[in-house]
Amino acid sequence: MKTLVWVEHDNASVKDATLHTVTAAAKLGEVHLLVAGSGCRAAAEAAARIAGVAKVHVADNAAYEHALAENVAPLIAELMGHHDAFLAPATTTGKNVAPRVAALLDVMQLSDILSVEGEKTFTRPIYAGNAIATVESSDAKLVITVRGTAFEKAAAEGGSAAIEDVAGAGDAGLSSFVGAELAKSERPELTSAKVIVSGGRALKDSETFEATILPLADKLGAAVGASRAAVDAGYVPNDYQVGQTGKIVAPEVYIAVGISGAIQHLAGMKDSKTIIAINKDEDAPIFQVADVGLVADLFTAVPELTGKL
Amino acid sequence: MKILVPVKRVIDYNVKPRVKADGTGVDLANVKMSMNPFDEIAVEEAIRIKEAGKAEEIVAVSVGPAKAQDTLRTALAMGADRAILIETDAEVEPLAVAKILKAIVAEENPGLVILGKQAIDDDSNQTGQMLAALLGRPQGTFASKVDIDGDHVAVTREVDGGLETVKLSLPAIVTTDLRLNEPRYASLPNIMKAKKKPLDVKTAADYGVDIAPRLKTLKVSEPPVRSAGVKVADVDALVAKLKELGVA
Repeated sequence: MKTLVWVEHDNASVKDATLHTVTAAAKLGEVHLLVAGSGCRAAAEAAARIAGVAKVHVADNAAYEHALAENVAPLIAELMGHHDAFLAPATTTGKNVAPRVAALLDVMQLSDILSVEGEKTFTRPIYAGNAIATVESSDAKLVITVRGTAFEKAAAEGGSAAIEDVAGAGDAGLSSFVGAELAKSERPELTSAKVIVSGGRALKDSETFEATILPLADKLGAAVGASRAAVDAGYVPNDYQVGQTGKIVAPEVYIAVGISGAIQHLAGMKDSKTIIAINKDEDAPIFQVADVGLVADLFTAVPELTGKL
Repeated sequence: MKILVPVKRVIDYNVKPRVKADGTGVDLANVKMSMNPFDEIAVEEAIRIKEAGKAEEIVAVSVGPAKAQDTLRTALAMGADRAILIETDAEVEPLAVAKILKAIVAEENPGLVILGKQAIDDDSNQTGQMLAALLGRPQGTFASKVDIDGDHVAVTREVDGGLETVKLSLPAIVTTDLRLNEPRYASLPNIMKAKKKPLDVKTAADYGVDIAPRLKTLKVSEPPVRSAGVKVADVDALVAKLKELGVA
């Protein structure tokens, strides 16, 4: 089977989400990559060095700069004439583009796969991760999004794939990019962090959140996350949200501070290797999934913890 | 302009789903069902656009069992003008739903189709994108702001690193994210009035759409259970644990 993997990049380097997806693709067969963008040659060269990659297709065109689904989906659909499966990481870009590709190919997509069980058989979470479905596709071609945390990263170095230019139809004339407002953060990225410190509604307000959570996160070199309640209350921007409708994370250590553990939040973090919960309510559902729990008032416990690290 | 709002009847988001012992699926017998939360946001947004004088009519549509009429009545009570139910007892995959919606779009000619970004049962996050592809129309997914300006709509999207704004030519497809709005509750008088609003019942066959599934569910199982953890007595014990884990 020949697979085509969507590469997330910043024109110079390849993002980690791609490396996880390459591992999933390699389980299906020969791995080809697609680097679409504008001025993305350096990213294509980086992609060609990923271990296990046979070929890198590069589509360098101003129309592909912001990965607008209207422009890139036809390009991918065209390349799928020579591939059997298209895989994209289940990031917001992958989720935006892949179903459009699937419909153009008249196939059903497999969203957010957790494992490859066979050539056409995969597992995926349903009901906010409260059930795992094993599904088999009957379509001639596969379109898949991959949950990054479920697959190891492929080695970023060691490969020497051939790079081939592809043209594509360019701008479909339906949409245009206006601008982006990206949250600035010097901390590790949430979805790839080894350690995450997450705060919930109990943090009271944004000043308290910052004063309590950030020093602990900085001590541990951790990324900062939040529950929906903390986001809705305006303590932190919404891209901090961990959960069914936010980001799905699986760090080595997840520290939940003042988070009760609603099922929608657990959906985003219960695959973490070790979960630590600090909550003053000893009956909080978070303690049912926590490996280590501390029943304490976070306003005294967290500063004490930060001080002792 | 007319707005089409597809809504789905799903398990209530507060219910903890239970996997059936025989592994064939999730037990939905006697479980509280509600409108998919993202679809409530879609209905609310359509109503706000109408209230702002930028739309004349809101048509709610659902593909599902006869009971999905309740979900459509909820949309009507919130403020939708009329409803269409495509009745089926089968589980219909996003691709088939998108094909049915495409046929309805051909009949109704809406300027906007607003869907939820994903249904909380199958967690697919596909239908809106697929519909946009089938129609050859632009898509504004994961919308946190929708601004109609003449023959275009500006959609601010929630992306991994923050927010991104795209401009789409109308007609367009928009899928809602959680923070687009706070859906209103239907008042009792509006619930009563909604009972008199038109609700057409049709079938997929009326639109000539084949809804045979492409994916076969071989098994549904419980996620791996985490082993029971320990509670530590104080912060010192927690520090020791963190050192043991190698993160401190």
